[in-house]
Amino acid sequence: MPKKIIIPKKTQMLGQAPADRINNFNEVTWGYTEEQAMAEAGRCMECARPGCIEGCPVNINIPGFIKLVAEGDFRAAVNLVKETNALPAITGRVCPQEGQCEGLCALGKKHEPVGIGNLERFVADWEALQGNLHVPIIAPATGKKVAVAGSGPAGLTVAAELARSGHSVTVFEALHEAGGVLAYGIPEFRLPKAIVRREVEFVCSLGVRLVRDFIVGNTATVDELLEEFDAVFLGTGAGLPWFLGIAGENLAGVYSANEYLTRSNLMKAYRFPEYDTPIAHGRRVITIGGGNVAMDAARTALRLGAQESIIVYRRTRNEMPARLEEIRHAEEEGIVFELLTTPVAFHGADGRVTEAECIRNKLGKPDASGRSRPVPVSNSNFCIAADIVVIAVGQSPSPLIHRTTPDIDIGRAGAVAVDEKTMKTSKKGVFAGGDVATGGATVILAMGQAKIASRAIAEYLRTGEW
Amino acid sequence: MYRIQKKQILSDTVKLMEVNAPQVARKARAGQFVMVRTREESERIPLTIADYDKDAQTITLVIQGVGKSTMEMCRLNAGDEFATVSGPLGQPTKIENFGTVLCIAGGVGIALLYPIARELKAAGNRIITIIGVRTKGMLFWEERMQSVSNVMIITTDDGSYGRKGVVTEPLKELLEERGDIAHVWAIGPAIMMKFIAETTRPFNIPTIVSLNTIMIDGTGMCGSCRVLTDDGPKFVCVDGPEFDAHKVDWNNMMQRLEFYRDEEQAALEHWRHKCQMDAAAAGVKEKDA
Ligand SMILES: Cc1cc2nc3c(=O)[nH]c(=O)nc-3n(C[C@H](O)[C@H](O)[C@H](O)COP(=O)(O)OP(=O)(O)OC[C@H]3O[C@@H](n4cnc5c(N)ncnc54)[C@H](O)[C@@H]3O)c2cc1C
Ligand SMILES: Cc1cc2nc3c(=O)[nH]c(=O)nc-3n(C[C@H](O)[C@H](O)[C@H](O)COP(=O)(O)OP(=O)(O)OC[C@H]3O[C@@H](n4cnc5c(N)ncnc54)[C@H](O)[C@@H]3O)c2cc1C
Ligand code: SF4
Ligand code: SF4
Ligand code: FES
Repeated sequence: MPKKIIIPKKTQMLGQAPADRINNFNEVTWGYTEEQAMAEAGRCMECARPGCIEGCPVNINIPGFIKLVAEGDFRAAVNLVKETNALPAITGRVCPQEGQCEGLCALGKKHEPVGIGNLERFVADWEALQGNLHVPIIAPATGKKVAVAGSGPAGLTVAAELARSGHSVTVFEALHEAGGVLAYGIPEFRLPKAIVRREVEFVCSLGVRLVRDFIVGNTATVDELLEEFDAVFLGTGAGLPWFLGIAGENLAGVYSANEYLTRSNLMKAYRFPEYDTPIAHGRRVITIGGGNVAMDAARTALRLGAQESIIVYRRTRNEMPARLEEIRHAEEEGIVFELLTTPVAFHGADGRVTEAECIRNKLGKPDASGRSRPVPVSNSNFCIAADIVVIAVGQSPSPLIHRTTPDIDIGRAGAVAVDEKTMKTSKKGVFAGGDVATGGATVILAMGQAKIASRAIAEYLRTGEW
Repeated sequence: MYRIQKKQILSDTVKLMEVNAPQVARKARAGQFVMVRTREESERIPLTIADYDKDAQTITLVIQGVGKSTMEMCRLNAGDEFATVSGPLGQPTKIENFGTVLCIAGGVGIALLYPIARELKAAGNRIITIIGVRTKGMLFWEERMQSVSNVMIITTDDGSYGRKGVVTEPLKELLEERGDIAHVWAIGPAIMMKFIAETTRPFNIPTIVSLNTIMIDGTGMCGSCRVLTDDGPKFVCVDGPEFDAHKVDWNNMMQRLEFYRDEEQAALEHWRHKCQMDAAAAGVKEKDA
């Protein structure tokens, strides 16, 4: 292989300046131009044993598609990506690349890794611009019917895979809009909703029937679905928000991140009163947590007009689970980080929150997650004034389905117990995958599990064997 | 889309609508509710399933216009459609034979209590009803309520009909006079339910209320509807909507209900202005034609 000249820095995507973007909900970054994409693709060393593929949960042929980008054959590049990943426009934007593909990129050992996520996003956006989405071949109808509960990345992936193999698929979604967290959780400025709608339309174009306003468990139980369908896939996510269980948490003005983001994203409260759903426009907003959800909430607060948006996180920046890019964008936008800090109570006046009482921590020994445990420093209490508090400390699967279908076993932290090789649950004919099986995880993991489930469902439909 | 099959005017502010919603009608039970959205831009509004008809595939909604969203709904007519009707949500009412049950309704609560009173009666209970309205013009379904009640008392704030005063006065008298009241059921504005809870508490009589907190999804994923109870924080949409009135932290619930008062006012003004503009524009068009 000819020796390459190494370019140490990743090609940066252009985008809105921080001072501008905090005043609107438009996407922050604009993506690569064709020239930028080809230049970035040129940085790849085409490794013989590419670590990047190993780091990708769905094992995309990364050097393969990057080579095609470098050669300017974007059509072939996107087709290659789509062989293993149906939603590249989304994963390219939201995957935690630094912990996955880019984390294992050989170039990253000494320099910045190849911008794999940016390139993936580029080829997907390029394809969308061409207009003529290439429609895959659909196998002849099998006569088998599958019900999918939930239209997040897991549900959409299973629906698309099974529809392609000729099965008749119906997706039941509790909300009035499909897409799961992609629609209600992740803000427009990070993942434009037009992209989500495009992917949903694509899945429907494969013959998948989408039924909205349908809460599996309530509108029909899993057992009732099994009377009509040959198999059921649960892709209902992890929608139950966690609270801290501290004093003052029920004061008006204390939101779960799910509520705050659902109001803004799904219900378009940022366009109130053109849209009816209100959201409080705090002047000082505190967000508790250090993951993507917390970054999304804190940055939404800025865009809703907050003068100060403060993130309170119990460990240090190094332990924050959010994507690096989100932390960087949040810092650029002027979000204040109160690190090594834990709220212990919220105080209010007339029933409305006015401040968060916090305690400082120091880092102790690593805990089960391998990250250093925060240890409270006694007598370090102090207060941060706030008119809005958003709690973004995690979520777990909703007990809604379990309550009506007790023979689906529940495992750790409220997640549906599955056999990870097949995603089978304890109930015959019922499979599960994505956040409902893992607890809050990532889009690409949800899709990876959905793939495994699709193969097992197809096998079950063929043989009838459990 | 969910078509309105029939509309009936119950009072100036309260309208009844039969809505085509086969998937809800099939599963609905008394005490459950639906989330309803009028248009693409509308908020999701929780409304009780006042009645349902599996064969006709319809559910009955009774809507009181109190703010922008419900007033806009009240203006819809037969043939119009709702963008969203999802459910049934929440826990169904647990009907038992308790003996003598006191049912109390205020405002739109009359329509919501009626199916519960009917089922309680069918289960063998003796039913005493107290209905409270501000003024006579807001009363509806008097005969219907009478038909499921052994005793019925009506109060109006202004004395224009029945007894002058609020529902807690006859309630207190009944509790003092009769020793046979086993259960109290109350549906109405939060403030009314709070005072009913305070009235029955010293008598130690189990009191069930249907809470009307602010909701978004109605499926347990946002926590907007949470209330504090003696058993810890609860989500009204999945753990309720019915709760033991004596365990609810009423002040906290009412403070949370008030949170968007300024925004609600702004929404109402924005909408009224838009309606006027639309009407004016329509007027101009007519003149042009
Ligand atoms: C604010 C936020 C930001 C995030 N950012 C990132 C990120 O940057 N990168 C990343 O990889 N991951 C991110 N995640 C995590 C990621 O979104 C999830 O891991 C992923 O969406 C899980 O997919 P899923 O299909 O399992 O479930 P979901 O996306 O949660 O979809 C589940 C769907 O099922 C529906 N549903 C639930 N119950 C029922 C029922 N009973 N009947 C019918 N339908 C039902 C829900 O309404 C929902 O539409 C983020 C999550 C949040 C909340
Ligand atoms: C489970 C449940 C079942 C319900 N069933 C019915 C029903 O069958 N018929 C019906 O007419 N209403 C019902 N409600 C109440 C109804 O949802 C509210 O009246 C409605 O959301 C108000 O919206 P709005 O935009 O019209 O008014 P807003 O502009 O939001 O509010 C106007 C005024 O009403 C008060 N208010 C706000 N939200 C509520 C609320 N949830 N309950 C009471 N007052 C409120 C506000 O404090 C304000 O003063 C129910 C509520 C719940 C939670
Ligand atoms: S799907 Fe995610 S992990 Fe895989 S290559 Fe794309 S960005 Fe990287
Ligand atoms: S590890 Fe990095 S440099 Fe090597 S093939 Fe993958 S992307 Fe290219
Ligand atoms: S309305 Fe969202 S959790 Fe109850």
